[in-house]
This record gives sequence, C-alpha cells and structure tokens, in this order.
Amino acid sequence: MIKIEDYIPIVGQSIIDDLRLIAKKLKGKIIQNINSTSVGGGVAEILNRMVPLLKEVGVDARWDIIKGGEDFFEVTKKFHNALHGKPQEITQRDFDIFMENSLRNLEEINIYGDIVFIHDPQPIVLVKKKSNNLWIWRCHIDLSTPNERIFGFLMDFITKYDAAVFSAPAFSHRFPIRQFLISPSIDPLSDKNKELPQNIIDSVLKKYNISKDKPIITQISRFDRLKDPIGVIDAYLLVKKYIDCQLILAGGTAADDPEGLKVFEEVKEKAKQDKDIHVILLPHNDIEVNALQRASTIIIQKSLKEGFGLTVTESLWKAKPVVASNVGGIPLQIKHKYSGLLCRSIEGAAFALKQFLNSPEYAKKLGQNGREHIRNNFLITRHLRDYMLLFLSLFYKDDIIYL
Amino acid sequence: MAELKKAKTPFRFYTRIHLTELTGFKASNLLQLLELLKKVSGSCIYHHTHRFLQQHQYLSPEPPNDFAYWVREVLGEDELAEKLASIDTIQFSNIHSLREKIIQTIENYLKENPLAKLSFAREGEEFHFMKSISFILPTNFIAYDLKEFVEILKKITIDSIYFHVFEARLRLEKNTNDFSNWIESSLSDEELAREISRFDPYTYTLEDLRKTLVKIIENRISSI
Repeated sequence: MIKIEDYIPIVGQSIIDDLRLIAKKLKGKIIQNINSTSVGGGVAEILNRMVPLLKEVGVDARWDIIKGGEDFFEVTKKFHNALHGKPQEITQRDFDIFMENSLRNLEEINIYGDIVFIHDPQPIVLVKKKSNNLWIWRCHIDLSTPNERIFGFLMDFITKYDAAVFSAPAFSHRFPIRQFLISPSIDPLSDKNKELPQNIIDSVLKKYNISKDKPIITQISRFDRLKDPIGVIDAYLLVKKYIDCQLILAGGTAADDPEGLKVFEEVKEKAKQDKDIHVILLPHNDIEVNALQRASTIIIQKSLKEGFGLTVTESLWKAKPVVASNVGGIPLQIKHKYSGLLCRSIEGAAFALKQFLNSPEYAKKLGQNGREHIRNNFLITRHLRDYMLLFLSLFYKDDIIYL
Repeated sequence: MAELKKAKTPFRFYTRIHLTELTGFKASNLLQLLELLKKVSGSCIYHHTHRFLQQHQYLSPEPPNDFAYWVREVLGEDELAEKLASIDTIQFSNIHSLREKIIQTIENYLKENPLAKLSFAREGEEFHFMKSISFILPTNFIAYDLKEFVEILKKITIDSIYFHVFEARLRLEKNTNDFSNWIESSLSDEELAREISRFDPYTYTLEDLRKTLVKIIENRISSI
C-alpha cells in the first residue's frame, strides 16, 4: 500500500504539507465518486489510486459504482465512440436502453455525498437526484468534435451539474455551468513509472532480441491507425539512411478489435523492409513497458489524434528526449525545443529524430527539462491537489479565494 | 556582526495555489483574439501572462506569455510575437493597464500589417481563453528578522514566493512585492527593500528568483 509520505522524495515535503493544508478545509465534507466499473479502463485506474490518497490526506472520499447489463454497456460504448467523433449508428432503441438502465440506477443508488463526483457519461443521469448537494461531471473523453445528436442528448443532463471538468482546453464548449481544466497524471511509484534496476531492463531487451549496441527509437502505443505506426516506420527509414539505429513499435491490441489486428499485420509486413525494426505485441505488462521506455535512446509518439498522450508523460518522466505530434494534450507537455520536439509530418519527425541522435547533449537537456516539467505539472500529487481545489471552488464565487 | 533588528510585525508566509477554469471562448485569428481580449475577465489576462511562471519553474521558455507563444507558433507572426513577449509586465501595476497594452500592441501591428488578419489557426490549434482561480492559504512559517526570513525563503514552496512577488503586486494591486513592503515597513531597511523591488522578476525562473533573493538578503545580513 502506497502512503502519501512515499511521494516526499519525489515532489518534496512542502508539496505534501500543502496537500494536508488544503484537505483540512474539506473536513466534514463527504466526496462521493460514482462511475461504472471498479476495474479496467483509465477512470477505474485513476480512482483506485486517487480515493485512497484522498483518504490519506484526510478527505472523506468514497466510491460507488452503478449497475448495468451488457446491452447498457454496448450503448455507452457507442456513445463513447460517437463523442470522440467516430461515425456511429445510434438508434432510438439505444437511447431507450440507456434511459431504462439509468432510471433503474436512479432508484437503487444511495446518494449521500456533500459533493457528488460523477465520472464520464454512463452515470450522468443520476444528477436527477440533485438536492441541496453539489454535483460535478468529470468528462475523460475528447469532446472536441462530438457527434451532435449524442452531445445534445447529454447536454440536458450536463447543464444540471454545478460544474464540469475536462482534460484539455479543446474539449470545452460554451456551457451555462462552470468548467475546469484538470489534466490527467501519472503515478511515479506505479510499475509503469518507478525506477527499474538495469538487470530488469536488460532482461526485457533480451526477451525481445533487442541489442544494446545501437540507438533505440521507440513508440509504445496500441496498434491503431490514429497512432500512425506506418508513419513511424517511414520516419525511421528516412533516419536510417544516415544513422545506424533500431526501431521498436510495441503495444497491445484488444482481442475484440479486428481493426487493431489488421493494423498489426500491416505493420509487421512493412517492418520486413528493415531487420532492425522490432514489432512487439505486448501482453499487458507495465514493467515491460517501463523497461522498454527506459532502454530507449529516443521516444517517438507520432499520433494523428491523441487524448492527453500519457505515453509522452511517462517518457518525459524518464527524462527521455521525445519527438511527438502537435496534437491533443501533447503540446501541454512539450514546449517545442524546451522539453522535446514537436512534429507535424513524417519528414518533420525524421528531422527531429536526426537532430536528437546527432546531438546527444541537446537531447539530454531537453529530456531533463521534460522530467522537471512533468514533476511540476503532471504527477498524481498535482492531480490530487487539483481535485481538492475543485471541490473547494464550488463553495466560492470569486476568482481570488482566501482559505 | 551586530544583532539583527526584530520586526515590529512578523512576516507570515502565505502560499498560493491555483485551479484553471475554462471559459469556452476561443480565437482562430488575431481579430477574434483582439475582440475576446477586450471582453474576458481580468483573471483570464492574468492567467495567460503568468501561467508560464508556475508551470515552467526550471526553464524560462521564450516567449513568456501564452498570447506571444500562440501568435508565433500557430499564426507564424514572429514580429508580433516578439512585441508581445517583450511587454514589460513589471511596469504595470494592475491587470487593466496590462490588458490595454496587449490590445494596443496587437492593434498597432494590424494597422501596419493588415495581411496578418488573414492568418488562421488550424482546427485544434485555436487559442482557448482560461482563467486562474487563486487559493491563498497561510503557511506555518513566520519570520521576525532577516535571518529567520532567509532560512524560510530557502525552503518554502516556490508557490509562496510566486504569491508574494507576483500576485501580491499585480493581481492584488499592492504596488510592490510583499517582501520589500515588509522589509521597509517593519524592519525600516529601505535600501534592501529598494534593491529587491528594483529587479525584474519576470526574467527569472522561480528557482533562480529564490536564489537571487537569498543571495541579496544574505549579503545584507553579513554587512550589518
């Protein structure tokens, strides 16, 4: 069990002192988190870490889960895709299933929080139970180009909340309620991010037959066209004309995602052009991801679309020089030429990779800057602080608040 | 070394942490930016001219405000970006006058370069207006003399230094930073107060600012 004190060597005593100071101001308030699952998915991962840490600093945080059958979650998956802007056919029956299930939850769930913190669209209808408590809707979805029909349907509920929270500025809209920006975070003590002994890193390289005698460029991402793995190979081949190096493309693909397997096969086929390209279908194994990131000379994230881009956060935290596309939440993390290099094309990515490979001191400096930027802005302790400030902000109207 | 003077009123260190509120307003070109600059709250102007200080504590990215960064990186208007970046924030004693200066800088540029009105941000690269909600809390650190003051300065969060140097002066319109104010009014050391208020904190990273303040005060202590 990780304790809040365990973060002191990473962020400093004063940051933890501040967290305790803020937590005192929430004394007596119950924060009731509600989402749709306790395991699997990013939201559950965050709540599994966040709720115990909130309790540790003295906040009475609790966590409840709504119920739903397979048909309900099929519909919410469709909503999710449509909100992300993917073409999706949605029928009246889908809306009916969503509402029937929501009304059942409305009857069954016990609302007891002074602040009710609803995560994502699945439990959004619960706001109908709003009385004299405060309600926040936390949206983890990229809402920059949502399907208008679904968005319009959800708007009837969103506007009943006291506030909404988004992960990037582009996800916000003109709402009649207050909206806050809270970026996601990584946990520096998790398996994916903790320090690793060299022998573990070496054993992972050995397992995948990767040699240590030439520079390693790596993209860790699931095999998805939006992550542009083919574009990564093209950029690598442009670099390889001048510099001897190797490429790792590693990631998972869901078994029920035929498109993902197809992309994986295409990538495997294209990788045959060069013996130094390693295409790895990773099992879900955080230590291996950590080891591959740490073994890399440069990390690339050439996504065509991205939510926040937590793989960039993870890589910068490991002080790696990162070349990444200027999309989604990536520019919040990388300021071009300060904490990494941004690119917009295959040629641009290749140029940035060559710059880093030919100027190791420059690469090192940007990697170090990146690590400090993550330390200050994107670790779980900042996330914890923002959540507590969010709860407090609901009790005040002004922009300057004396606590 | 003579004994250090005890303050009439001790200095209590406060800290300031902030939450970012989204407004839903966004601009795709300079005319839209200008229109919104005139309309948004002072807290938005404050956020976009000061956010970098707290988010980039260990490096000082150029240009040091969001407007200048966007104008250069997204619209490609380097000359205007340079003009916006070099606005001397320390000269302004309130947000209102800083806002006026930013507006005037853009309007003048558009008069001289009307074609710049045609520069548009690509979809997804618009300027999103946000604002800072500041939470100000007292810490447990209190100083009665310069020695205690400098020891606290060495270990306090940079959020606290930020609050007393930047936010107190411009957002709370106190005219000078809290440190100079206390040193002058409670320790009657006008020379040291002047020395601290004279330099431009906007050209330092917060860690460098801490080091500089510590050095100035330690020099003063050893000269007493």
